[in-house]
Amino acid sequence: MTRAAVAFRDRGLVAGAAIATLMVVVAVSAPLLTAISGQDPTTFHDGLLDSARGGVPVGAFGGVSGEHWLGVEPGTGRDLFARIVYGARVSLGVAVGATVLQVLIGLLAGLAAGLGGRWADAALGRLIDLVLAVPSLVLAISLLAIVPADWPRPVLLAVVIAVLGWGGTARITRGETLSLRTRDYVAAARVSGAGWFRVARREILPGLTAPVLTYAALILPTNMIVEAGLSFLGVGVRPPTPSWGQMLSTATTWFRADPMYVVVPGGLLFLTLLAFVLVANGLRRVLDPRQSEFLR
Amino acid sequence: MTGYLFRRIGGALLVLFGLTTILYALFYLAPSDPAVLTCGKGCTPERLADVRHAMGVDDPVHVQYAHFLEGLVAGRDYPSGPDVRHCPAPCLGYSFETDQPVTALLTDRLPVSVSLAIGAEALSLVVGIGAGMLSGLRRHRWLDRLVNGLVLTGYAVPVFLVGLLLLLLFCVVLQWLPFPAYVPFTTNPLLWAQNLLLPWVALATIQAAAYARLTRAGIQETLAEDHIRTARAYGLPERRIIWRRAFRGAMLPLVTLTALDVAAIMTSAVLTETMFGLPGIGQLLVGAVNQIDLPVVVGVTLLTGLLIVVANAVADLLYAAIDPRVQLR
Amino acid sequence: MTTEPVDNQPEVSVPGATLAPTHRGGGGGGARKSLKIENLRIGFGDTRAVDGLSFELPPGGAVGIVGESGSGKSATALALLGLHQNATVTGRISFGGTDLTTLDDREWRRIRGARIAMVFQEPLTALSPFHRIGDQIAEVYRIHTGATRRAARLRAVEVLKQVHIPDAERRARSYPHQFSGGMRQRALIAMALACRPQVIVADEPTTALDVTVQAQILDLLDEVRSTTGAGLLLISHDLGVVAGSADSVVVMRNGRAVEQGPTESVLVTPREAYTRELIAAVPHPNPPRTVEGEPLLRLTDVRKHFKLPRRGRVDAVDGVTLDVRRGETLGIAGESGTGKTTLARMMVGLVEPSAGKITFDGADIARRRGRSVQMVFQDPLSSLNPRRTVGESIADPLRLQGVRDPRARVLSLLERVGLSPREYDRYPHQLSGGMRQRVGIARALAPSPRLIVCDEPVSSLDVTTQAQILALLEDLRSTLDLTLVVVSHDLAVLRQIADRVAVLSGGAVVELGDTARVYEQPEHPYTKELLAAIPVADPLEARRLRALRRSRLV
Repeated sequence: MTRAAVAFRDRGLVAGAAIATLMVVVAVSAPLLTAISGQDPTTFHDGLLDSARGGVPVGAFGGVSGEHWLGVEPGTGRDLFARIVYGARVSLGVAVGATVLQVLIGLLAGLAAGLGGRWADAALGRLIDLVLAVPSLVLAISLLAIVPADWPRPVLLAVVIAVLGWGGTARITRGETLSLRTRDYVAAARVSGAGWFRVARREILPGLTAPVLTYAALILPTNMIVEAGLSFLGVGVRPPTPSWGQMLSTATTWFRADPMYVVVPGGLLFLTLLAFVLVANGLRRVLDPRQSEFLR
Repeated sequence: MTGYLFRRIGGALLVLFGLTTILYALFYLAPSDPAVLTCGKGCTPERLADVRHAMGVDDPVHVQYAHFLEGLVAGRDYPSGPDVRHCPAPCLGYSFETDQPVTALLTDRLPVSVSLAIGAEALSLVVGIGAGMLSGLRRHRWLDRLVNGLVLTGYAVPVFLVGLLLLLLFCVVLQWLPFPAYVPFTTNPLLWAQNLLLPWVALATIQAAAYARLTRAGIQETLAEDHIRTARAYGLPERRIIWRRAFRGAMLPLVTLTALDVAAIMTSAVLTETMFGLPGIGQLLVGAVNQIDLPVVVGVTLLTGLLIVVANAVADLLYAAIDPRVQLR
Repeated sequence: MTTEPVDNQPEVSVPGATLAPTHRGGGGGGARKSLKIENLRIGFGDTRAVDGLSFELPPGGAVGIVGESGSGKSATALALLGLHQNATVTGRISFGGTDLTTLDDREWRRIRGARIAMVFQEPLTALSPFHRIGDQIAEVYRIHTGATRRAARLRAVEVLKQVHIPDAERRARSYPHQFSGGMRQRALIAMALACRPQVIVADEPTTALDVTVQAQILDLLDEVRSTTGAGLLLISHDLGVVAGSADSVVVMRNGRAVEQGPTESVLVTPREAYTRELIAAVPHPNPPRTVEGEPLLRLTDVRKHFKLPRRGRVDAVDGVTLDVRRGETLGIAGESGTGKTTLARMMVGLVEPSAGKITFDGADIARRRGRSVQMVFQDPLSSLNPRRTVGESIADPLRLQGVRDPRARVLSLLERVGLSPREYDRYPHQLSGGMRQRVGIARALAPSPRLIVCDEPVSSLDVTTQAQILALLEDLRSTLDLTLVVVSHDLAVLRQIADRVAVLSGGAVVELGDTARVYEQPEHPYTKELLAAIPVADPLEARRLRALRRSRLV
């Protein structure tokens, strides 16, 4: 059976991929979707709030109506649907950006450590250890708090998450490279006169695709959680830019009066994360059937 | 063994030194001036200069850094008006915000984070290993599937979301529990546990899933190994094979992971503590960060860094203790 | 269970104390039982691993099962202990009158280890890494006899002594990883002896071991059989292993017994074509050839040291001086850890010597890489990139030399090594071991080298495939005017293919000379030991060599 056939038989993978794709489409077409719904994520609608109850939306399910498909935000009256779809841009964009950066840095560092000889390996190995030993969440919070407010937050978030989190990819790449370079087919290529650069490109990189891709699929949801967490703590994206984590943070003060405001962003965040985890899990099964270990 | 310890300690110091250096560099490259914040509105230049001097931020960066390191090792003296305040040996300075010694702030908050981490870890281990064993032995197909589903779910939920849902369910809808408020263990152990129950469950939901997965994989892998076949070929009863042979192999990765995870929970407890309003070191950090309270931020980062380093060493030692093949060199 | 000694050993189906092995000391008392297999069939789903096998192991006898991979010999071994989990086993396995296939789990456990004990192929993985050797043996003894901990520990030491583990009291407290391969296999045999079984099943007990250790283990099994009176079922792919130890032989192929009977008649006067093929495939000495070419590859006092972190220095190759003459086949013999692979890798310029000089045609080898010298590797699966087609792998060295469209040349190379051009687009995992090794040879031939270094070229192959690959190498050498260096642990292989042989020990050449001279009049004691340890397929010769080894020990 070909890999594609195996992939299509994996129900979890297919379902996960479908939801993940849908989320990406939603995020990309956010302006289009809000144009259709006729709302934007930043306009306040005080009229839709019950000021007697402290600003809870008027109407059932957080003020769901023909105009506001998912209701409105408590306290501000901003359209929840618009904020959700724009929030998806931030959540997914930061997570994807951070993952791509992490994989790039990790792949380069790992390859250099694995192929570069004893000194390169010792130096890079130390650096990887250091990155892995850093309390990354603590450092990320400190870092994000001191950066001026006018820097572009989503880009900054992606960079900070990537810079503090490339250790895992690097360690995996290094380990795989060290193991691949002892294979006889690498020796055979070298006997034929191939240099290390050609060996890296033609013999080692193809062997790294599966483990690195599997790992990347796995850290994508983790990065999404980190983004949501940082925004939840108030050091992520700044208002009025919406993000799911930030909405959940606001929701902590409203969840008794307006549970809908927890359920919508929380449910979507969970669904998206679950979709990516399913994709990662399925990819692992398709790409590397021997590896019984999942995650970590 | 001695050589190992020396290298380990050396490495740990290197990591901590690197951390402080990075932090110092970052905070002084940052545009916001802590002295301006401390001085408050309507601050005169003279007053600002005094504040700067009192805070020790009027020296060049490297001098400040040297002072800081000196304080850490030998303690240091701070000018305080006409007097001099002595800050004893592991001196992390005084909070810009509250003027309390950072070490005191940390020791005040640490028990909360420790309570959180230990309880959550214990709960995760019991639930995770139990579920992992049950599904690893493949006695019930539905159970295997359930654990599988929980593992994926556990990996896909952020802790603050679980926390939020738990609060919603138990404190608002069912009203079985009051909203958590930390009670020290020494004051009332029962209340301590009751108030920490939800945070523990929130953390354990995620952690236990990971342990269940590891246990299951471990037990299945070990059961497929040759020495298990040997045990069967020599007539050992299945129960003995599972508990004396397979369980041992399956627990290997878990033991080291436990040490690392206790540290990981404490360093990432920020979210849980904020969520449940627990006055631990994470909450201390969030407050300090918003005030550019450098000494506190450095203190928290150093403490968490130290925890990770210690946890790594403990994990290594544990591994060597339970696997006769491993020798520390 | 109780420890009460009972002298007679009635039927296995009688529960409890009577099952406890009882007679003290070796020599075997009590009624000895025969193991009789009738029409055994083992199936995994739709595939049949064993298809109607029958043979009998008389009390205290020794039966050998010989077959290539996939012949069903290991499946048979597992069936004798009821260890198959997802297989359907039919037929009769009668052990002293009881049909073992009708036993339930509890009854099986009383047989396993106590009545029929098994010795496995990989002694490292076959023992639990977390428990001390003595404890593992004692545990088995306690389970079956209900003896006290103390008595069990004493028994463990006793059997360890019986298999000649020196300082057994202390070594019983060691973990398996602290033992060498041969010691581990001895420990496993000790475990098999612990409950004084009536049958020992040894499944490829020496395959993972060096040749001299292999001889020791086979001698030990033979000795144990005569001192304890246990029957021995010896399973191996190697005719030589079985020849010296078994009274009768079963030759298996595709789950069936092709031929069976007394060892002498099967191995000396085989009736079936397949048996003859197997025997013919065993490496045999070729008529000697003297090659007086000028030196092509010269090694002058070559050394290679590896620095291990915090464990000092290992001298893998320690001062080797030798010439490879143009047109000859030089054999390099050595056991594991003698530095033979490091030496081979230095010869092709993959590993740089720490000291000394290697020249090819007068020029330093490092500058000749990729053209004149090529290499064939031991494991053909690991030497081919799993993600690239066979054709691509062979084309690569050609592309490196600037050949634009190497396809035609690759196809002719495939044909030259006996493969069909169809294989060009297939992946390594779709080929058999022998075919993969042919691909490896084709890749080595691609840049038209003058010297090919073969590192254990046939050691991972079945014996009939081995013979074909050796014939191919021989043929290529003569038609393409090649020079070959063949590195191998298998002296029989070298005797067939090499013109001269160098014997490596501890990283140095201890003996070098024409093949015929080295094999017939070895000078160095290590060479003599190696030669005496070679398993030979001739049963009489095998017994003579065993006697020779015994007399040396005394």
